[in-house]
Amino acid sequence: MDFAVFLVQCLNAVQYGLLLFLVASGLTLIFGILGVINLAHGSFYMIGAYLAYALAPLAAAHSGGGFPAALAIGVVLSIVFGYVLEWVFVSYLYEREHLQQVLMTYGLILVFEELRSIALGDDVHGVAVPEWLAGSVPLGGVMTYPVYRLFMSGVCLLVALALYAVIARTRVGMAIRAGATNREMVQALGVDIRLLYRIVFAAGVALAVFAGMLAAPVTSVYPGMGNQVLIVSFVVVVIGGIGSIRGALLASLLVGFVDTFGNVLVPQIAGVLVYVLMAAILLWRPEGLFRTG
Amino acid sequence: MPAEILLESIDLSRRFGGLLAVDRASLTLARGEVHALIGTNGAGKSTLVNVLSGEIAASGGKVRLSGCDVTRWTQPRRARAGLGRSYQRTTIFAHASVFENCRLAAQAHFQRAYDLWSDATRCSDATRAAEQAIAQANLSAQARRVAGTLSHGQKRQLEIAMCLATGPSVLLLDEPLAGMGPEETDRMLLLLEALKPGHAVLLVEHDMDAVFRIADRITVMVSGRVIATGEPAAIRGNADVQSAYLGEIGDDMPQAAGIG
Amino acid sequence: MKFRRFAILVQQTSAWRGWPLAVAVVVLAVFPHVGGDFYVDLVLTTMILSIFALSLELLVGRTGLVSFGHAAFFGIAAYATALLSPSGAAPSHAWLLPAGVATAALAAAVIGAFCLRARGVYFIMVTLAFAQMTYFVFHDTKLAGGSDGLYLNVKPALTLDGITIVDLRNPRTFYYATLVLLVLVYAVLAAIGRSRFGYALAGIRANEQRMRAAGFSTYGYKLAAFTLAGALAGIAGFLHAVKDGFVSPEILAWHQSGAVLLMLILGGIGTLRGAVLGAFVFVLMKELFQSEALFGAFAKHWQLPLGLAVIACVALMPNGIVALPTQLRRFRAPLLNAG
Repeated sequence: MDFAVFLVQCLNAVQYGLLLFLVASGLTLIFGILGVINLAHGSFYMIGAYLAYALAPLAAAHSGGGFPAALAIGVVLSIVFGYVLEWVFVSYLYEREHLQQVLMTYGLILVFEELRSIALGDDVHGVAVPEWLAGSVPLGGVMTYPVYRLFMSGVCLLVALALYAVIARTRVGMAIRAGATNREMVQALGVDIRLLYRIVFAAGVALAVFAGMLAAPVTSVYPGMGNQVLIVSFVVVVIGGIGSIRGALLASLLVGFVDTFGNVLVPQIAGVLVYVLMAAILLWRPEGLFRTG
Repeated sequence: MPAEILLESIDLSRRFGGLLAVDRASLTLARGEVHALIGTNGAGKSTLVNVLSGEIAASGGKVRLSGCDVTRWTQPRRARAGLGRSYQRTTIFAHASVFENCRLAAQAHFQRAYDLWSDATRCSDATRAAEQAIAQANLSAQARRVAGTLSHGQKRQLEIAMCLATGPSVLLLDEPLAGMGPEETDRMLLLLEALKPGHAVLLVEHDMDAVFRIADRITVMVSGRVIATGEPAAIRGNADVQSAYLGEIGDDMPQAAGIG
Repeated sequence: MKFRRFAILVQQTSAWRGWPLAVAVVVLAVFPHVGGDFYVDLVLTTMILSIFALSLELLVGRTGLVSFGHAAFFGIAAYATALLSPSGAAPSHAWLLPAGVATAALAAAVIGAFCLRARGVYFIMVTLAFAQMTYFVFHDTKLAGGSDGLYLNVKPALTLDGITIVDLRNPRTFYYATLVLLVLVYAVLAAIGRSRFGYALAGIRANEQRMRAAGFSTYGYKLAAFTLAGALAGIAGFLHAVKDGFVSPEILAWHQSGAVLLMLILGGIGTLRGAVLGAFVFVLMKELFQSEALFGAFAKHWQLPLGLAVIACVALMPNGIVALPTQLRRFRAPLLNAG
């Protein structure tokens, strides 16, 4: 493999890893802080992609400002959606056993899939890359790399940094970190735990929906995409450790590289490699690379 | 007559990241004695017990059970070799009867592993061991009662009975008197006294009255280190111990000698 | 005098808790003679799923290990059966069932060895991940027909000295063979439940730490339970392969793993009859929601009412149908006292 190809694959790996990080960080936060294992998390990603498809006409109509506007609308909608969903559904899951949480959120997946099927059908759709991001950047003379993918990586990185800043530097972040390790204590300190949970859940939903919207032009929009990303996110969370953002980032990048290079070097078994990675980590550190609490 | 040393820790240490929870703790447990482990909160007593029982791995040092080096052994293996332990928070099986609790605990000692066929109620060895343990713990009258319906004191007694059902030679008891009133405490101390002849008992406790009544030897821990070991009278007079507690127990240390 | 003895006999018989089961077995045995082909096939499918659910009950109900990847062993056995079935009619390939089961058991032992390193919610996630891995192996590779699936060459028969004892090509024979296997699996699990091994598993579910402190090497017990559960799922997988003579990767999909967990919670976790009941209720619900007679064109969106039903059942009846009488009694008691 010559250097240009290698570079392209590295960029792909980083882009995939960072996108995965957006989804997995929401999952790990929701589990780490709310203590809820949420199978429907992949559905939010799928909703994001279909939202991008549904808003595409709007984006095309206002060229230039359309795409960011669509993204912004998506984020706002998902925060509202997440807030309401937590209030109406997720809050009833807190004290329940894992099995019950798993099955109730599994039921939610079925509901979301069918609602989407009713509203938008089951077809596979493409979403156009916005014009101002549609070009390619030359790499080392022979190869070029799509601008949009660089844009994706950039945006995901920004979000990751923002997430880090919020969690490490703000009071909300402090409450979140404390809540991950000791729920009762945080409550005793006067933090409104209900509100905190609602915010964290809404943020998790927004991250997944945003990731889906961002990924839509690259991965296209199809019914099974939520389930696929969910399982890979689970692998990321297992490798990285529940509740750990750092772990999610490291694990996402690891998975990104293994998957991308696996597909290039050993395409026949590429799909299994991620699980082999997980199995290896399990042997070494059964509770993930960075566990909290 | 030199007593038989059943459990020994040699320079045992346990580190959690930057925190040295147990710092080169050495102590011995001989048959026929009750050895109390006391110390201020956070002194590392529970951690030491966890390392001794095998629940947590040691970061350094050795543990010897009847002369055999068990430092690398898992907790179940040590338990089968005769190291029993009870827990501070009651861990009995609430839905089963007292008898069933003890019989299940005894099963580990007597059944062939993975015995898929033999009816559990027909293991006479386990049944006998359970009945003996229940008798030793003075719970014979409650043997058929559902464990969840017992009083707090009786539950703590059941905790000990489950320990005894496995036929241990060493007993690590983590605050067996926790939450007990004076009558229940007396009953428990009589129980412990009766256990002395065949066993070596390590008792982690905060109730100083009880400790000075029952203990043959006392070890004091502060910040993970053992600062004194000896007979109760010696500990009472030990200047280091008194300064470590800074009057926490100094004024409360009972003057009268207790039982035994 | 005679009447009194008769009365005592009646009392003892009706007190025997086994009679609902006996009635169920009789009903199932008689059913092919009274039911239409479609319904007999449905009952057959449900019996196979019951075996599948029973196998998971050992793991989830008794040992407390929530596995979201149990479909892997169902599927591996089904595929093994299809792959190992000889191309021509062989004198007897009764060995096909043990072969399928053994494959599933081996897979369960290996996968279990990894998964059991994880605890709690990690365990749920890794079982899901490993099951997805096996789905990938059968769906995306050419190992066994890929996404098209695989046909069974010849359905097995058990012969002795040239006389066919059990010919599974005959649908009636197959039905009764399935029923016999269902009863056997149920009986085996009931026996295990009363055994020392079964009690040890129950103890592990209640408080694993306590069991370790008593001297049980719990990892070994859990792995044994996991392997046994995989092997029993293999029986169901074998039957599935033989029933239609065809296997497809969809039986390994995580929806299968979710469905079987659902069956358990519907019926009632912790009881064997709950597992079987749950399987029947689940299949009934699915048939109901897919019925065009009831829902017309909306029937193709059957997953919506199913999803809502799942949420409702788990929320309102977390202990399942078998616990319903107790739940209702508790409901009524305060009303009775108040009035």
